[in-house]
Amino acid sequence: MQRYVNVSEKVAGGGLLHRRTLLGVAAFGGVAAAGKSLAAPLAVPEWSEVPGLPMSGYGQPSPFEAHVQRPVLGLYPEGTGDGAGVSFTPLEHLEGTITPNGLFFERHHSGIPEIDPTRHELVIHGLVRQPRVFTSEDLVGMPLITQTVFLECAGNSLFNSLAEPQQRSAGEIHGLIGAAEWTGVRLADLLDLVGIDPRATWILAEGADAAKQSRSIPLSKIIDGDAMVALYQNGERLRPEQGYPMRLVLPGWQGSMQTKWLRRIKLVDGPTQTKDETSKYSLSQKDGRAQQFIFEMGVKSVITRPSPGIAPTRPGLYQISGLAWSGAGRIVRVQVSADGGTSWADALLDGDARPKMLTRFRLPWDWSGEPALLMSRATDEMGAVQPTRMEWYAPWAPEQLYHQNAIQVWSVAATGEVQNVYL
Amino acid sequence: MFTFDDNTRLTVLATSITLAILSNKAEADVPGRLISESEIAAWDISIPPSGAGLPEGSGSVADGAELYAAQCAFCHGATGTEGPADRLVGGFGSLTSDAPTKTLGSFWPHATTAFDYIRRAMPFYAPGSLKDSEVYAVTAYLLHLNGILPEDARLDAQSLRAVTMPNAAGFVAAYPSDN
Ligand code: HEC
Repeated sequence: MQRYVNVSEKVAGGGLLHRRTLLGVAAFGGVAAAGKSLAAPLAVPEWSEVPGLPMSGYGQPSPFEAHVQRPVLGLYPEGTGDGAGVSFTPLEHLEGTITPNGLFFERHHSGIPEIDPTRHELVIHGLVRQPRVFTSEDLVGMPLITQTVFLECAGNSLFNSLAEPQQRSAGEIHGLIGAAEWTGVRLADLLDLVGIDPRATWILAEGADAAKQSRSIPLSKIIDGDAMVALYQNGERLRPEQGYPMRLVLPGWQGSMQTKWLRRIKLVDGPTQTKDETSKYSLSQKDGRAQQFIFEMGVKSVITRPSPGIAPTRPGLYQISGLAWSGAGRIVRVQVSADGGTSWADALLDGDARPKMLTRFRLPWDWSGEPALLMSRATDEMGAVQPTRMEWYAPWAPEQLYHQNAIQVWSVAATGEVQNVYL
Repeated sequence: MFTFDDNTRLTVLATSITLAILSNKAEADVPGRLISESEIAAWDISIPPSGAGLPEGSGSVADGAELYAAQCAFCHGATGTEGPADRLVGGFGSLTSDAPTKTLGSFWPHATTAFDYIRRAMPFYAPGSLKDSEVYAVTAYLLHLNGILPEDARLDAQSLRAVTMPNAAGFVAAYPSDN
């Protein structure tokens, strides 16, 4: 069987090539043609002529990567709610599927508490046989598990709910998501230690931050479910902004429920109806009523390269790269269009498509230099297909902005400039 | 508090760690430590719609007006409508419009959970600084500004439970809820 197909095989409009096309050197005809002198002699740089820096206790990114930052967005004027806001994962600067801990998005309602782990405790009480209190060291001593999953804010991509397309980077639109290897204790194991009263059907999870951020979670996500109390993120203890020393991780569900700085779990017989499951994080219907407890994050994808600010510079061959995910399970298919959805090509899923985890997709693209409309459309193992913006909007009131999982359209101008557009 | 029926006891017994506790394994070998509900009281601040757990104390609309002006108006506006932080007053009849105004009065389904939120998180820079009677007072004032309580009203645990919010029927639970 032929592993790679001929570079000239176009599988969809706008120059999309077969996903197994080998991007060989010869294919990049444009490089030499663009006039780079191939005869320039190689210079020996100064860092090759003296010993470099010594070892260090905690490594930092290269200073040349200093521009890779989380864009920060406070939601209130200074002095009226500092620390209530977000910062975005800069998706367009990252590759692979694991988000570096220092670039993982943030959403806080009252800042980041500076918690001394020796004074932090988690109490589990309410409809239980016997309440107990745990320190993080107690939890570290219990049987640990690891789950590699994404975590997405229910408000991710909300800018694309606005009437006019916003000109922001891929990360500033879709970067309220990150993915990590989380290690901690199964919440079901902890509840076994206190003994569940059969009348309990939900828990109330509460943080130790100034907002005492609180959310209701159905017990079904916990008993026989994948809910965990995470202590480690990508091998190191959680960062303060991710809930140090302990947080909930509820794979596939909206970020707002995955309580950071977890201090209390109360077993109760129904949802507590907290602010962030009524006034906020509820989805307004056209009839003025609001839907609560939509927990699972829908199937979604976004092309991160090219994207605004990450533009093709001249006609020629490129690899389109992006991320796809679904709160319901694995990604089974990502299709890419370069002609605004008239024709589609199957992208290559890079590596294992894991359940409730980011999946990297790639597709070679031979850009002619004509204006193009780039889109990606993901399908998950439940058969759910990512909707268009109009389809996504259909059931909701105009101002509804949570759980936005519509197809992103990037327009590429003849100059190479990439913009956010609605079709 | 409550008792387990025999089936539950069996289910609970089936889990290995609980088995360890019940089979006289030293308590010291079980992760964490025991605590009583009374020792948890200072943290047990969540108030469900039923109002279970609402504290003693009471506060009047008039007391709340003073407190609001001093501690809330800076961020939520003199009449609860000006911002810059979340609008707390008005918006009635707007929920079906293209630009709904979601406030404590027009959108929140329960008065009891408003008490919960104000007590746990407000005022923003000093959450937990209000006495329970002050939380009753400022809740009463906000409900008055929203036309839900008369000017001479006073709230305590019982009267707060009795308040029906205008948008009480405005929420649909997408998740199977057995209550
Ligand atoms: C320094 C500014 C500030 C002050 C002072 C302040 N608030 Fe707030 N308030 C906020 C911010 C910011 C939020 C949103 C918090 C979040 O993001 O969760 C908020 C949210 C609220 C909400 C929830 C609104 C909704 O519908 O979701 C209520 C109710 C509230 N405040 C009441 C009060 C009361 C009562 C006081 C006075 C005791 C007060 N606030 C003082 C800034 C403030």
